[in-house]
Amino acid sequence: MKRWGVVLLLLLLSVPAFAIDTEPALPNAAMQSRYEYLTHEFRCLVCQDEDIADSNAALAADLRAEVYRQVLQGRSNEQIKQYMVSRYGDFVLFKPPFQPNTWLLWFGPGILLLLGLGVAFVLVRRRNQNNSTLVDDENEVDEPRW
Amino acid sequence: MWRYFIPIALIVLLMAFFWRGLYLNPGVVDSPLIGKPVPAFSLPAVADGSPPLTSEDFKGHVSVLNVWATWCIPCREESATLVQFSKSKLVPVYGLLYKDQRQDAEQWLQEKGNPYQLDGFDPKGQVALNWGVYGVPETFVVDANGVIRKKYVGPLTDSIVKDSLIPLVNSLNQEKP
Repeated sequence: MKRWGVVLLLLLLSVPAFAIDTEPALPNAAMQSRYEYLTHEFRCLVCQDEDIADSNAALAADLRAEVYRQVLQGRSNEQIKQYMVSRYGDFVLFKPPFQPNTWLLWFGPGILLLLGLGVAFVLVRRRNQNNSTLVDDENEVDEPRW
Repeated sequence: MWRYFIPIALIVLLMAFFWRGLYLNPGVVDSPLIGKPVPAFSLPAVADGSPPLTSEDFKGHVSVLNVWATWCIPCREESATLVQFSKSKLVPVYGLLYKDQRQDAEQWLQEKGNPYQLDGFDPKGQVALNWGVYGVPETFVVDANGVIRKKYVGPLTDSIVKDSLIPLVNSLNQEKP
């Protein structure tokens, strides 16, 4: 009985596999891995949260075919990315490039973290000062001040 | 008083961002081709015996390029608007038939009217790829120097034509090539 339970659980956890990419294999492993890498780097502009490797949209198929063709021609990853960006903009890249208009995006989380740490530091220090001057009983529970 | 100011200011700022976000359309991606010259290309005409559509056709006057297909449902809505705009003869309207069949297209143009002075046939969508097309319909406005100035994603409506396309075309027509 328990064994059937395990089987059922495994069946429930399994995900159906769909072959979306119909491009034939590239002549060598290095090209193939570059193709796999690149098709996972580019966003499908039709279904925007999918990369072109995983998207069923016709546009994604066209772009896969284009990446395939260019890898076969021996164009570099950088050249192929440039090709995509010049047509579809930076949005086509899943990883945003590091440039002035994306600085906020790259540094934003760090800045917010520093701000948060700064606020926490000030609050804690203020509370400690209050505790030492106003509160004599060390066991008193600290209440938030606002 | 001051300790409330900063949190409230932050909340107002966030709300402003969210409010703006409500009215953004994530389906519309700005084209990097705005301000760039028309990509070099040459396409055979949809109708046999008609002249081809090439990048040379965009030089010396303002022009409008409409990317369309008969399988595209929004193109149906757009068709009457486009025919009417074309009849105004403000600028030549070109078509790019995207991944479609010639016969279907000819039948469509007979039924609904043909807004296109020239209509290029792009059965595999390769030229469209160079224009950064990612869906149909899309409409480009090109100035007299052959530079792409504007891209409309999705069907043109009478109000878009009246409030945006016609004013844009008129102002581009004023520019010296």
